[in-house]
Amino acid sequence: MSPDFIIAALMTVVGLTTPILLAGLGELVVEKAGVLNLGVEGMMLMGAISGFAVTVFTFNPWLGVLGAAAGGAASSMLFAVLVLQLNSNQVATGLALSIFGTGLSSLIGVSFTGRIVIPFTSVFPDALAKHPLFEVIFGYSPIVYFALFMVPAVGWFLKSTRAGLILRAVGENDHSAHSIGYSVIGVRYAAIAFGGAMAGIGGAYFSMVITPMWAEKMTAGRGWIALALVVFAGWRSGRLLVSAYFFGILMALELYAKASGFSVVPSQFWAAMPYLMTVVALTFISARGNAGSNAPACLGKPFLPSN
Amino acid sequence: MRIKLEKRQTPSTLMLVATPIASVLLTMLIGVVVFDLIGINGQRAVVDIFLTPLLASYKWQDVAVKAAPLIIIALGLSVGNRAQIWNIGAEGQYVIGALCAAGVGIAAGTAGGPLVITAMVLAGIVGGAAWAAGPAWLKTRFDVNEILSTLMLTYVSYQVLGYLVGGPWKDPNGRNFPATAPLAENQTLPILFPGSTVHLGVLIAVLLPFLFWLVMSRSVFGFQIRVVGSAPHAARHGGFDAKQTVWAALLIGGGMAGLAGSLEFTGALGAINLGFPSGYGFTAIIVAFLGRLSPIGCLIAGIVLAVTYVGGQVAQTTVHIPNSTAGIFQAMMLFFILASDILIRYRVRVIATAPKIVAGE
Repeated sequence: MSPDFIIAALMTVVGLTTPILLAGLGELVVEKAGVLNLGVEGMMLMGAISGFAVTVFTFNPWLGVLGAAAGGAASSMLFAVLVLQLNSNQVATGLALSIFGTGLSSLIGVSFTGRIVIPFTSVFPDALAKHPLFEVIFGYSPIVYFALFMVPAVGWFLKSTRAGLILRAVGENDHSAHSIGYSVIGVRYAAIAFGGAMAGIGGAYFSMVITPMWAEKMTAGRGWIALALVVFAGWRSGRLLVSAYFFGILMALELYAKASGFSVVPSQFWAAMPYLMTVVALTFISARGNAGSNAPACLGKPFLPSN
Repeated sequence: MRIKLEKRQTPSTLMLVATPIASVLLTMLIGVVVFDLIGINGQRAVVDIFLTPLLASYKWQDVAVKAAPLIIIALGLSVGNRAQIWNIGAEGQYVIGALCAAGVGIAAGTAGGPLVITAMVLAGIVGGAAWAAGPAWLKTRFDVNEILSTLMLTYVSYQVLGYLVGGPWKDPNGRNFPATAPLAENQTLPILFPGSTVHLGVLIAVLLPFLFWLVMSRSVFGFQIRVVGSAPHAARHGGFDAKQTVWAALLIGGGMAGLAGSLEFTGALGAINLGFPSGYGFTAIIVAFLGRLSPIGCLIAGIVLAVTYVGGQVAQTTVHIPNSTAGIFQAMMLFFILASDILIRYRVRVIATAPKIVAGE
């Protein structure tokens, strides 16, 4: 294996990992607040088209990323209102959001098909970003560094801030949090919006960095991998980073197995691994019981204040 | 003025029936407005998506063929949902069911006829149920959340399909296209009306809801499912085994999805390619909710959703919107039905003035 190949492979892994890392971090915060939002795939697609559209109109990818975050967050509010205000079933509502986001992004995207957006200029000087060796560290889109920055930021927020503590309390025991005087609904709105924004940026990585073009259903099921990722990481932000890169390596192996057309194991084996390993991880987490596990106790349950 | 929600003594039957109808009508109305706003002829789009498939008789067979898998899967899912078991992996069970039917067909070689076809369909039911048995075992043994496990296994099923149709089962005469060889005539489901595409599976989809209705409303099993879902404590005192209910809910859901997959394969498509998982397993969740988890409701809701699929294709050619736009309408119907759930359990009171707080109340 030549060094060029290794560098290219590493950069492929980073590219494959970044969207699921972003969406996974968002979903982690949502689930920590006790809400299961299965709409990640839909929010990613809404972010992908919003970011793309804003960049087309403003010629500014930075504004595009903001647009992607706004698009993802706005679509998540559909879910939030139904789930938090009307106590609708979270599983069905999340699923509806995924179907809705897929359809709406396709419809909006019709007029953007075939257009190309200006890519980000590199954050680092060309001497580093285009260097044959150092590009493996410096040669990425700003979104990659943003995702890496958000890992400790989310970890710090959840562990060491007052707001993070309240958020975890809401996810762990909503009735206690409510009786102490915290707004369960308010906290969950904020968490869902954050999850939507992160999923939106993750989706924009496809339309603004990887291709950079719009294509219907371009996130290709990565939203569901992001959901698996949160479970696989056992609801911990540090482990989420490691798990995301592990999944990224599996996805890269699938690509190489597919491209080379021959490998010891079929490419489908690598593609199925993230999901199978998530089921195994989930089994270990569940078998240990809630003690020692980081799974939020109120995950997926509606909050009904007794009056 | 303020709005107050009052809990009803008993769930409102009127709202139970009226809200799904209102959801469909509201979806159509919003569709017209939103499409007009984005510069598409909204009235034309909504008429094409919701009405053309019903008015144009040559579209009826398409609606019937599309409705069959939706109805069959939704019937199985509604049993589980009634017991508060959330199987959202019906899509995977549908895929595995079809693959099992294909396996039996390939094993039978050139043999065919009613016996072989029956074996293929039965293999589909067993395969779908087996794919759901994993999550059932994990749930009863380790308390693994079935929402996540059934969802994950759906994505595994796509890879199983991709491996089989691109590898060992690939049609040798298929120009290297990843698909199974087309089924021979003697392994295909009979057609009900000569010259049409309406196959035996459609008849099964029309009859099954009545069987499910009988079982759910008239048998101890149906009672058990309803009690476990609505009053788990009472169910335990009544001696109903919760684990047994989990198994039943998931196996029925998986079996029905597998049945739908094998019927779709042997009746409608005749071959399996990478496009086989078309989302029926997910759309059937909408059908189950829109049908209020009742078997006859699933029958009607299945037809409504099938209309939007067929209508989506019509609108694609008439007003040039992407096929996936039908998904927007399907999701909106589900949003509305979920939002209106609250009207069944609560009564909305509009109070004209702010009430005074009476001391001592």
